Amino acid sequence: MTTTTGTGVDETTEAEREAAAEVLAAARSELRLVVAGSVDDGKSTLVGRLLFDTKSILADTYESITDASRRRGSEDVDLALLTDGLRAEREQGITIDVAYRYFSTPRRSFVLADTPGHTQYTRNTVTGASTAQAAVVLVDVRHGVSVQTRRHLAVMALLRVPSVIVAVNKMDAQAWSRARFDEVAADVRAVARNVGLPEIDVVPVSALTGQNVVDGGGERHDAAGDWYSGATLLELLEGIDVTSRAAHEPFRMPVQLVIRPRTPEHPDYRGLAGRIAAGTLRVGDVVRALPGGTTSTVTGLDTPAGPAQEAAAGESVTVLLSDEVDVGRGQVLVHADGERQPRVLDSLDGVVCWLSEKPSTPNQRVLVKAGTKVVRAMLTTSGQAWDVDAQDWVASDEQAQLNDIVRVGVRLAESVAVDEYTDDRHTGGFLVIDAAGGATLAAGMVGNPLTGRFDPSI
Amino acid sequence: MTLTVDTDRGATAGAAGRAPRPAMDASLRALEAEAIQVIREVVAEFDRPALLFSGGKDSAVLLHVARKATAPAPLPIALLHVDTGHNLPEVLEFRDHVVAQGNHELVVAAVEEWIADGRVTERPDGVRNPLQTVPLLDTINERRFDAVLGGARRDEDRARAKERIFSIRDAFGGWDPRTQRPELWNLYNGRHAPGEHTRVFPLSNWTELDIWRYIAAENVELPSIYYAHERPVWRRDGMWMTPGPWGEPGEGETLETRLVRYRTVGDGSSTGAVDSTATTVADVIAEISVSRLTERGATRADDRLSEAAMEDRKREGYF
Repeated sequence: MTTTTGTGVDETTEAEREAAAEVLAAARSELRLVVAGSVDDGKSTLVGRLLFDTKSILADTYESITDASRRRGSEDVDLALLTDGLRAEREQGITIDVAYRYFSTPRRSFVLADTPGHTQYTRNTVTGASTAQAAVVLVDVRHGVSVQTRRHLAVMALLRVPSVIVAVNKMDAQAWSRARFDEVAADVRAVARNVGLPEIDVVPVSALTGQNVVDGGGERHDAAGDWYSGATLLELLEGIDVTSRAAHEPFRMPVQLVIRPRTPEHPDYRGLAGRIAAGTLRVGDVVRALPGGTTSTVTGLDTPAGPAQEAAAGESVTVLLSDEVDVGRGQVLVHADGERQPRVLDSLDGVVCWLSEKPSTPNQRVLVKAGTKVVRAMLTTSGQAWDVDAQDWVASDEQAQLNDIVRVGVRLAESVAVDEYTDDRHTGGFLVIDAAGGATLAAGMVGNPLTGRFDPSI
Repeated sequence: MTLTVDTDRGATAGAAGRAPRPAMDASLRALEAEAIQVIREVVAEFDRPALLFSGGKDSAVLLHVARKATAPAPLPIALLHVDTGHNLPEVLEFRDHVVAQGNHELVVAAVEEWIADGRVTERPDGVRNPLQTVPLLDTINERRFDAVLGGARRDEDRARAKERIFSIRDAFGGWDPRTQRPELWNLYNGRHAPGEHTRVFPLSNWTELDIWRYIAAENVELPSIYYAHERPVWRRDGMWMTPGPWGEPGEGETLETRLVRYRTVGDGSSTGAVDSTATTVADVIAEISVSRLTERGATRADDRLSEAAMEDRKREGYF
């Protein structure tokens, strides 16, 4: 990469301008992904490689990490420095917190959650996975499947990340041994099946040289890896279908607020504002608000682009109804005649990942936020926790500690409308909140997304 | 006062040969939908929200999205401007134009008042960006704002890359990256203890290019200084500085007139212009999409202070 200094004038070539024009003309979709790996798997280097080889790193940033690499006595530019944001991280050479990175290709823009690998930071993997449409889990080919690999795959299964890719890294350090890769890939697939991830992609890469990350060939290419003719990591990420699935699920929209302008121009406007969590809504549909059960007909849909006849999952809309019904924040709109209705519950069983350094207490009084509803609740742990090594539920302490994945019962002061988490990630997930300080104590999932030991029928 | 606001810079501008206004693609629509959801959560869950409005492009986009979030109702959020006193006049004119046009409530926290009564001390170098923190926090406390929306983006800086969308600040406005709340799904938790407040960043996941593509698609008004114009400038630290109340060229620095534009809007003493011939949104997009410099690296002296300049300011309560 050429560099510029001085006045900040950008020198660009005609080819670069053409490439830029192409990027702009392209209609891109968005993919949110989480990258997880253990401490020394080379995760920061892989993320740096994705950013660098998609030309998402600008000259001044590159210069600053070049300087920093030299100061640390490294001959090569350490791409890991691109992603270490905090002073303590750079000083200690570790990653503390989820960092979000952005890169794009003509087909897609990517929002990447880069999550730390230490066990103590599993809560960050959970955080990154909760919004991810795809996960990349790193495995060091020299060490194969580790406890962290099992934990990361269990988290991806628990959080139901729709697409999971395992990148077997440091292939250059094993001379691109096909036998070794096959062995590690088989182990990875066995773990994935055990936690309920029957379909994953496994790709051999070298984050250090870049082979199979963005480019399969190129000048950094090692011919010893020629046996792999599959898609590169980026090609896999570009190929994931993100939109069609959610639009075909049963319709769900948690109501955020009621918009009532009461202005001279809009004296009678009354719209239910929210973001469609799943499915598709059309003008003319009959909807029901839960809890409660009031039904009405959709007479109009206002979207950010103006009035529309239909809107689908992911869109923020305002719904106009035929009747002046009493519907508001905390309720979920669904199709009145929909196949799979949410359950309206005042107590539920679920799984939580404990995210607080303060352990849980018996019959803990908390707040639960599900959709747009916040209710007082009492949380009881069941004495069952997920054992990462056994890959199964085992008897455990009643107290949930930081990073524990435990089964719980929740009694709610008011009914909420929820789905099984395995049916809907948005309306099946909930937050457990400290009623006093307001901190988020745990991530909760209705039902049990992790069913335990390998079932050959999956 | 004549308005220099250019309301027709979008690709719909009358000049011949310009492309029609581009439609939003799926990635922009997703970012807009997310931002609207976040803003609606703030309107629903907080009593006294404010929106930080500097007149810069990010705050202009944030305000545009916020208006859509509650449309057709008026935006129930006050605008808050922390005024360094080092603004380019075009930016203040733009601010006042936007406030009048949208009939918004505007609260101005003028750094000069804090300097005048000694609550804040002018730095020897005259740079006022770091001085905004105290007036910001004082105004949040005085006005009892419980949520403050800002246009900060994670791609701007590596400390900001670790920021949450809902970020809790203690009574001193401090940000502690190690104790941030995990943010799960799109269930935002803005609960806070009395004395704390919540900063909210609806544009967290936008990049500079996304902002400009959105400005093009939505025809968002901006101050004219974002487009190429002739301006007397001198060169300092690799940036083009312009004279004003914040300073004049020093010894060995000579004033010249150049065709420039601003990539960011900030304190005139530390924000520089870049050479540019981009007079339309489309030109700007073409220019930045091939740029080799980040917007802060190109135009913000205060971020060059150290590897962790932004992190240090954020810990003290800066936006």
